[in-house]
Amino acid sequence: MSTTTEPVGESTSTLPLDWTYAPAPEKADPNIRERYDLFIDGEFVPSIDRQYRKIISPSSETVVCEVAEAGVADIHRAVKAARRAYDKVWSKMPPRERGKYVFRIARLLQERAREMAVAESLTGGKPIRESRDTDIPLSVAHFFYYAGWADKLSYAFPGARARALGVCGQVIPWNFPLLMAAWKIAPALATGNTVVLKPAETTPVTALKLAEIIRDADLPPGVVNIVPGGRPTGQALVEHPDIDKVAFTGSTAVGKWIMKALAGTRKKYTLELGGKAANIIFEDAAIDQAVEGIINAIFFNQGHVCCAGSRLLVQEGIANVVIEKLKRRMDTLILGDPLDKNTDVGAINSKEQLDKINRYLHVGEEEGAEMWQPSCPVPEKGFWCRPTLFTNVSQSHRITQEEIFGPVLAIQTFRTAEEAIEKANNTPYGLSGGVWTDKGAKIFKVTRLMKAGVVWANTFNKFDPSSPFGGYKESGMGREGGWHGLMPYVELEAL
Amino acid sequence: MNERVPVLKTYKLFIGGEFPRSESGRSYVLKDARGRALANICQGSRKDFRNSVVAARGAQASWANRSGYNRGQILYRLAELVEGRRDQFVTELKQQGSSMAEARKEVNLTIDRLIYFAGWADKYQQLFSTVNPAASPHFVFSVPEPTGVVALIAPEERGLLALVSLLCPIILGGNTVVALASESRPLSAITFSEVLAAGDVPAGVVNILTGFRPELLEHMAGHMDVNAIVYAAGKSEERKLIQQQASLNVKRVIFPKIEAWTSESVESPYHIMDTQEVKTTWHPVGL
Repeated sequence: MSTTTEPVGESTSTLPLDWTYAPAPEKADPNIRERYDLFIDGEFVPSIDRQYRKIISPSSETVVCEVAEAGVADIHRAVKAARRAYDKVWSKMPPRERGKYVFRIARLLQERAREMAVAESLTGGKPIRESRDTDIPLSVAHFFYYAGWADKLSYAFPGARARALGVCGQVIPWNFPLLMAAWKIAPALATGNTVVLKPAETTPVTALKLAEIIRDADLPPGVVNIVPGGRPTGQALVEHPDIDKVAFTGSTAVGKWIMKALAGTRKKYTLELGGKAANIIFEDAAIDQAVEGIINAIFFNQGHVCCAGSRLLVQEGIANVVIEKLKRRMDTLILGDPLDKNTDVGAINSKEQLDKINRYLHVGEEEGAEMWQPSCPVPEKGFWCRPTLFTNVSQSHRITQEEIFGPVLAIQTFRTAEEAIEKANNTPYGLSGGVWTDKGAKIFKVTRLMKAGVVWANTFNKFDPSSPFGGYKESGMGREGGWHGLMPYVELEAL
Repeated sequence: MNERVPVLKTYKLFIGGEFPRSESGRSYVLKDARGRALANICQGSRKDFRNSVVAARGAQASWANRSGYNRGQILYRLAELVEGRRDQFVTELKQQGSSMAEARKEVNLTIDRLIYFAGWADKYQQLFSTVNPAASPHFVFSVPEPTGVVALIAPEERGLLALVSLLCPIILGGNTVVALASESRPLSAITFSEVLAAGDVPAGVVNILTGFRPELLEHMAGHMDVNAIVYAAGKSEERKLIQQQASLNVKRVIFPKIEAWTSESVESPYHIMDTQEVKTTWHPVGL
């Protein structure tokens, strides 16, 4: 074993090294139309009251396109189309044929992956590397995975018969616009349901591009309807009397509102809500690897991730060295143009979200925590937040308890594993968690005691269509992905 | 002729392995079909419910930590104990209006349910766990875990059979329970709590209250340290209230679909999953 990776000593270094990267913009055409209408009953139609919302790029604040805003009457049209499609076509179609349509969607999406990635980064603000390598391929994979289930459901639930629910009203967030659409639509279609989906108000573009693909796939009209809009649109969908199920991904506050709104109805629901995940790093962890994982856990997608590792619990003996290494790594993160392939941290999705994050930064300092940010340059236009960490944080601080949904890491220390687990579980949330240690037995003990639906050991923020995702406690109920992800879309009947 | 005067039984609550009266000091008179007083039944209060939740929460982690094998044995032991007390259960069911034949059938079914579910305690995990074939180099598996503390509201009918049929899938999966017994048929629930105490069920795993559903319902559904609520009393306005209150802490709400408590459809491992969470664990694979 040679050791040629020793750092170059001062004596041999004559010139300061310039680590600045040359710009590497992704220039593919995102193929975005100037104006999008609602996708109802297999075609694009204007909203009844002809309302349009301007969609801006959060990295430049320029208008990208305008998108029709669905009102109550439009939701009614969409639900009617979905009901008709369910009764007349989809529920009668042999499952294998149904599956073939879902396979088609996967293939067509795969073929247009590059423009999808650009559109996602342009309108959502996330680095192109993430949309190219994570969002779009995972969306494709999700359709592929569930397509194959369509004609195999009789093997999925021993001793029971799985029946479709009917019309599903689905409401998704702005942080993974296409991926969340895939997570919702794919299992619903595979199990024989029809769909009315409302994308988030700031990020409807890739969902509408998906609508084009669904049209190109020749899916029977009405099986999938996509109706963009803001909160009133979502409310109209959730409250529509003729839907059978609500699937929601978003904040815990809205999730609670949905539970209340559905009280007394026969509608089923699944909720994928907020989180405040703790990443626990033990003294026996591989520290450099862990530091890289912690960075990915909180700065992936600007921290706009419900399962983000927004809390770090570091064992006392290594706290100083870990924090020092984190800062050094944060200094090298490249913040800027989401379409540049070198970019690590993109734009905050909206002005509203940026204001919210800034309020939390203020609260953190006011409550006595110590804030640190790298000195990276920030573009003049657009919405930006430097990667941020807080030390001197206590368990009761709001930045420890509340979901910020931004690139903000709150760091606490611990002495024993029991203390770490206690702190990790001590929030109303329970979506995800992380553990870093080289001891196998410790991994199994700690991951079992963490009250969270997804636990990453010596890794973080990994996703796969075959792997169920969803929360404990106030992080929601039901699972998306894998065999478990079929369950929320079927009614089980005794044989 | 001096006939022997029978000793009457006092029916109390069952909280944390003990048999207290309601802290409120209240009780109601249970009457038989002819209007004769059968017993004084504790009218459990909100405070009794809160105390029960504390007991249930305290018992949950160690109960969940026991092996499925062990929990299965404990359920089996309950079946043995009910078998030994079958005459008492039959008598009480008759006192509360069942015919002899109905009462016998109900006790038999109760014993068989306990055994049916006892057998699931170390098997449902295999049925509902997955190893997920992720495309990246990771070992990824998903397993069911208990959701935590469950509030259970038993229906009015089948005071013994319904309660036990609902309890089993909850506790065999490592949850702990606070149950509200049938208001009109509470006797068997209390006697069953004596079975729980005599069996090897640790204190706090099952807590049984008697009292008035309308008084306790809102509180049970709204309690912030209860993870799930199972409601089988079938009143639509009560369902709505439960769903509204459950939203306070995103409580899981389960309305079991039961056609008849004597039907085989009650026996399904899918009922176990109603009060389970699914945890997915990832680990890299590499050298």
